[in-house]
Amino acid sequence: MMRFAILAVLLVVASCSRSGNHVVIQNKGSDTLVNLAQAWAEEYKVINANVGIAVSGGGSGTGIAALINGTVDIANSSRAIHEKEKVDAEKNNNGKVTEHIVGLDALAVFVHPANPITELTLEEIGCIYGKSGKCETWGDVRPGTVVPGCQDNKIIRVSRQSNSGTYEYFREAVLGGEQDFKQGSMDLNGSREGVDMVGKTPCAIGYTGMGYVSKEVKSLCVAKDKSTTCALPNMENALSKAYPISRELFMYTVGTPKPEVQAFLDWIKTDAAKTITKNSGFVPVQ
Amino acid sequence: MDKVQVLPMTQAKAKPVRRNQRPWSERIIEGLIKAGGMSGIIFVVGILIFILRESAGFLFGKFDFMEFFASGNWVPASVEKIEYGTLALLAGTMSVTIVSMVIAVPVGLACAFYISEFCPPRLRETYKILIEFLAAIPSVVWGFIAIVIINPLLIDVFQIPSGLNIMNAAIILALMSLPLIVSIGEDALRAVPESYREAAEAMGATKWEIATRVLLPAAKNGLMAAALLGVGRALGETMAVLMATGHSIRFPTSVFDPVRTLTATIAAELGEAPKGGDHYQSLFAIGLYLFILSFVINILADRLVRGKRLK
Repeated sequence: MMRFAILAVLLVVASCSRSGNHVVIQNKGSDTLVNLAQAWAEEYKVINANVGIAVSGGGSGTGIAALINGTVDIANSSRAIHEKEKVDAEKNNNGKVTEHIVGLDALAVFVHPANPITELTLEEIGCIYGKSGKCETWGDVRPGTVVPGCQDNKIIRVSRQSNSGTYEYFREAVLGGEQDFKQGSMDLNGSREGVDMVGKTPCAIGYTGMGYVSKEVKSLCVAKDKSTTCALPNMENALSKAYPISRELFMYTVGTPKPEVQAFLDWIKTDAAKTITKNSGFVPVQ
Repeated sequence: MDKVQVLPMTQAKAKPVRRNQRPWSERIIEGLIKAGGMSGIIFVVGILIFILRESAGFLFGKFDFMEFFASGNWVPASVEKIEYGTLALLAGTMSVTIVSMVIAVPVGLACAFYISEFCPPRLRETYKILIEFLAAIPSVVWGFIAIVIINPLLIDVFQIPSGLNIMNAAIILALMSLPLIVSIGEDALRAVPESYREAAEAMGATKWEIATRVLLPAAKNGLMAAALLGVGRALGETMAVLMATGHSIRFPTSVFDPVRTLTATIAAELGEAPKGGDHYQSLFAIGLYLFILSFVINILADRLVRGKRLK
């Protein structure tokens, strides 16, 4: 048994060293970004077999904490680094923190095509989804609204399971980060499911990453407040920040990155990587 | 003839004395069977220890007895106040289980009676195979059927806004537990001695009278066991229920309300809960809760069946 174990270890060591100077990039942070980073890592392995990327989640804070401690090469974050974190990271690692915007995350709010509503303000969305919101029927949102095919005119809130990054960001953007969602929403497990659900349910409203919206549902034009004009969720509006529910996704490095890390970050800006970004439901940046 | 039979018997009795000279293959097989028998206990205890270990941090930390059992607020990712209340989830589990059993037990037992007593013998095997085939369908496929077929059907028939609700999950669960109820129920009916049927027939009883007045009381314990095993199946089912219930935390007021069950909560949230955190541990606490629930149901079933038998 013992001999077998030693043999196994030797084999593993041998297979590692055979591939020459194999480099592993440590990448950690945002759960929103984790699937995208994983998809990038897999594609990058095909392009450059000598570089492996170990991607893990844990949240933006975890990633930035690891960057400060110097245990990761790249930290993923779905929020900008705080000033204090930046100072700590630079002091601990003797180098400057570099910010790379790797994509945008725009959440579309959508309803059934039969729903007469075409636009909503953030406040109205908050009234539907928020714990202290009073909107229970479509008439409560916009007086006089009647949704054809919807029994009782009652809103069916389609949401996501509570630890999805989309759930958290939507809550923060719409409810201001200090209010919970109203309990009793249908908490679906994937972005796709939410779209399917709303597509079949006239009463329903849902939200998801822009890339997941299909023709079965109608994306709403969302306005920050009553005085601003609304914007549809699309690439241009996300890039120009006219669309209020979108945010930047970051990767942070500290000091001068290793050449392999820099090569990976450069590759993320190529069209091949951007296709993956788009397929993962995010907006690639120019 | 008698003498010939005695001879091998004495030989067989003599063999165990020279125990260590038995063929090694026999000893290996005996060991394997023993290990197989023990493994059941080892696995159950092992799983219990694992769940306890994973949930220990929560049970001795954030766990609040009243909140966990008596509150309906399950908000592990709250920005206002994190709460781990499972009452609404329990209501979800119970409502789905009860409605599914209301459908499955009468249908399943009727089916068992039909196959065992009324069905032409030529068709019996075909029916049994067909019904048991239901058990071979994976639960994800059942969930898919719930979303694609039953969902629009319920919307059309009952004029309700969404077809993902208690009723949908109950229908799916009923179909899933049918094979279990039918085959155990049929076994119980088959186990009633043929002499009972013959005696009743000799008294001039009709087939219907035999079924309701002779077989039903005689096979009562077995039929009850069949129903309770169905309950166990329904309680523990996860994937199909996750897809069919609509996954919404609430105390249902009608069978057309969406709900969320204990099992579905674990399935939906465990994947993304950071390992070792409060949320992760609380999900294992739900696992422990389910473990205890099914344990209690099993013991009750056992007591019920055995208690009746003693009388």
